[in-house]
Amino acid sequence: MRILSVVLLAAGTCVAAPFVPADPKEVLETLPVASADPFSRELRQLRLALASDPRNLELATRAARRYIERARADADPRYLGYAQAALAPWWNAGAPASVLVLRATIRQSLHDFPSALADLSAALEIEPRNAQAWLTRAAIQQVRGAFGEAMESCRPLERLAGELVATACWAGAASASGQAEASYERLRDALARQRGASPGVRQWVLTSLAEMAEGQGRSRLAEAHFKEALAVAEPDAYLKAAYADFLLDQGRDAEVVALLKSGIRADGLLLRLALAEAKLGLSRAAGHVDALEARFSAARLRGDSLHRREEARFTLHLLKQPHDALRLAQENWAVHREPWDARIYLEAALAAGSSGAAQPVRDWLQDNRVHDVRLAALARQAGR
Amino acid sequence: MRRVLLLAIFLVSLPAAAHKPSDSYLTLRVGDSMVDVQWDIALRDLEYAVGVDADGDGAITWAELQARHDAISAYALARLTISAGGARCASAAVGHQVDRHSDGTYAVLRFAALCPKDARGLAATYALFFDLDPLHRGLARLEERGATRSLVFSPEQPTQPLAVSGSSPLRQIAEFAREGVFHIWTGFDHVLFLLSLLLPAVLRREAGRWVPLPGFRQALWKTLAIVTAFTLAHSLTLTLAALEVVTLPSRWVESAIAVSVVIAALNNVYPVLERRLWMVAFFFGLIHGFGFASVLGDLGLPRDNLLAALVSFNLGVEAGQLAIVAALMPLAFALRQTWLYRRLALSAGSLLIVAVACVWLFERAFELRLFS
Repeated sequence: MRILSVVLLAAGTCVAAPFVPADPKEVLETLPVASADPFSRELRQLRLALASDPRNLELATRAARRYIERARADADPRYLGYAQAALAPWWNAGAPASVLVLRATIRQSLHDFPSALADLSAALEIEPRNAQAWLTRAAIQQVRGAFGEAMESCRPLERLAGELVATACWAGAASASGQAEASYERLRDALARQRGASPGVRQWVLTSLAEMAEGQGRSRLAEAHFKEALAVAEPDAYLKAAYADFLLDQGRDAEVVALLKSGIRADGLLLRLALAEAKLGLSRAAGHVDALEARFSAARLRGDSLHRREEARFTLHLLKQPHDALRLAQENWAVHREPWDARIYLEAALAAGSSGAAQPVRDWLQDNRVHDVRLAALARQAGR
Repeated sequence: MRRVLLLAIFLVSLPAAAHKPSDSYLTLRVGDSMVDVQWDIALRDLEYAVGVDADGDGAITWAELQARHDAISAYALARLTISAGGARCASAAVGHQVDRHSDGTYAVLRFAALCPKDARGLAATYALFFDLDPLHRGLARLEERGATRSLVFSPEQPTQPLAVSGSSPLRQIAEFAREGVFHIWTGFDHVLFLLSLLLPAVLRREAGRWVPLPGFRQALWKTLAIVTAFTLAHSLTLTLAALEVVTLPSRWVESAIAVSVVIAALNNVYPVLERRLWMVAFFFGLIHGFGFASVLGDLGLPRDNLLAALVSFNLGVEAGQLAIVAALMPLAFALRQTWLYRRLALSAGSLLIVAVACVWLFERAFELRLFS
């Protein structure tokens, strides 16, 4: 294991040899321009204000919340670290409810689900009416496949956050567990009633609707929801990735390249770009595969398990190593149980020729009455 | 209402498309009195921590980076301490380059940390960016005499020992076994003691004269009895001394070992004890064990792996000893009937051994060096 990680580190570090640039004007790195980007400007101001008043709880939680939003928009974990740093005075002891909820959000983003759930329970002890705590709890329960518990956590939101948010919360869990059509219709109707919802919430709900339609095999409908979600506000990395997956399934690889060619910083987007390029036979794919390999190695070295789903997909479809992919998919399945986690597991098991290995996922799909046309087709294949 | 709706954005889970997190890459080459360091730090992170993009246009040029080299070295070197035995090693001569990694361009710092010669307890303490981004990690590759190992620095584990061998139990065991073999082969006092006992093992005394043993079996049994007794005895005291159950002053032990060689060799010329040489081997073996233990102490026994190190060192000693016996025994048996063996090897050889051991005894007892 140690030898392996040394090799991996070598792969991660020795991408090229260090050099001294010949031209002083050579551009080494491009970053978002703070003066042109209001979000960056705001974050810089918050950081300066916090530097002179680090124990100001209101300021610190505002900064942390904005950093987390930025982390989500850019899919950049650096901002999660900045958020944690902003909360440093309360991080290890004496966290008030507002900090507990933010800490849970950061921990959930890093897949530390048990700690995140403990933080949320503690926060709800102090503030039972904290809507964010209920929402985040439902989200974590849902990704872990605990759909019944997730629906329970969504219930108080009716009172605390309004019909649309509560319905979207419930529909996410319900659609994955045997109520696909009903939950789709309820959420669509709730959105139609709630004309005044903010663009951020509309985008979130539309993305959910698109994914539900996709699961039911209603591609045209999914496409329409995706298009509307992309138009209603600046798309974040999650939405781009979901739409790219949709396009990849449709074989519309050139559109994936057009959508993602500027977003190669985020691993998940780079993966989808490389998948599309490989299918199109573009020469750029090789460089992107190398870059992904280096990033996964570095992640493994630092002990991250965040990327197992993406890594399984990478290993199966780009490295064509089904046995390794199956192992990664199984490790991922132990902590993360969303449709995509089931899908990559089944795909890897089929490619590795070990349909028997897929049995836990097939049982799970049946037990939870998961209705998803793609998963059903894969499960049938694995059952033969 | 509005605030909650804004917060609701958090619901969509992040990890579907995560970036590479912030890492720096260290290569630490450990030499005799220095550690050569290559340190790759992302320009993005340096921009956030130190500020590099002077004109604020979002493009970091080589000229802008050069202008900040001093500030970057000062910032970074204050956050990486290489120390030997708790004392900080001075860092010198910082060189600057750049390198491209999978997630962007990194500034490359090269410098040497100068530590006292043969320093023990090398360690590195890393604190870069932990205050700004607790999710940052320092990923290091440690190289020492051709061996490599990887280390991860985190806020939970900012300090790591810089020892390639210190960490791998298997490598450690192999090293101690090798030291054991090495010690018996280069420890002439142990070899001469064994030799003095084994030279007469192919013979027997009859009416005041050395007579060859008729068969190989008899010679083998005699040899085995001596070697086994010696092994059991020194293993026993080696263990007791290494576990610090019994400790004896090394001057006393070293002198007693010299005495044991004198007695064993003298017994070949003026035999007092003719049979049961294995008892001599056992009795003096007890003292030789203390001698082995002092070597083991000098090697620095690992606290966490004490027993394995002890056993492997002892097995190394036995292996080295068996090799000597295996080489010597057939030769002695073949030559046992010759005048050469009985007169030259046994009598003159033993007298020579006595002479050498007497010099040792004198040197050790009075802590002098007669021949150096």
